[in-house]
Amino acid sequence: MDARVIAEPLEPWKEIQEFLSAHAELRGKCGAMVVFVGTMRSQNEGETVQSMHLEHYPEMTQAHLEEIARQARDKFGLSAVLLRHRVGEIHPGDDIVLVAVWAEHRKAAYEGNRFLMEDLKSTAPFWKEETLAGGERRWVEENTPG
Amino acid sequence: MLRIKSLPMSITVRFFASLRDRIGRESVEIEANGLNCVQDVWKALVKQEPDARVLVAINARHAALDAKIQDGDEIAFFPPVTGG
Repeated sequence: MDARVIAEPLEPWKEIQEFLSAHAELRGKCGAMVVFVGTMRSQNEGETVQSMHLEHYPEMTQAHLEEIARQARDKFGLSAVLLRHRVGEIHPGDDIVLVAVWAEHRKAAYEGNRFLMEDLKSTAPFWKEETLAGGERRWVEENTPG
Repeated sequence: MLRIKSLPMSITVRFFASLRDRIGRESVEIEANGLNCVQDVWKALVKQEPDARVLVAINARHAALDAKIQDGDEIAFFPPVTGG
């Protein structure tokens, strides 16, 4: 399990390569890997968004990510979980979240990945504040349904 | 008759995201004598009932509005989360 909040730019494919290099045992053992990468869009609720600030509750968020990674592993029998979530200032096109999971077969990999993403959308303590093209700031009040 | 004097109880309360903007406070330490649950803390500070969108954590774990509080607790109030 490797789950972390990060304040620097997220490079999902580099993260995956580094993780695989450090976990050579996954090759040959796992027949399935599912990757989700969430990216900031330039449009939201009919407005052009210039930038976004991702706030979190440091003492709670990091522990929460580690907990849901363990839960997903146990519930779906995953062999490995790699999870990264950005905080701080981001811009359209920047990657926000990476969820990569490894399993023996595709069903567990797809479902485990979905489970993690839905938790990140509905339970993990993160909040988005957008700055619109005109400079106005607004909090995102709720996530889009999955 | 034996009288037991209650010990002073102190807690930290934090507000996040849009709730911090709305309440106008980020973190406050309060004497919580006479307060039993999280909802009492909210009412003491905000002077109104919490609406259904107010979420709570005690010591960095999700909790319910009727959860009991203890000396030294950190209570956090925040709006629905929007990560991912």
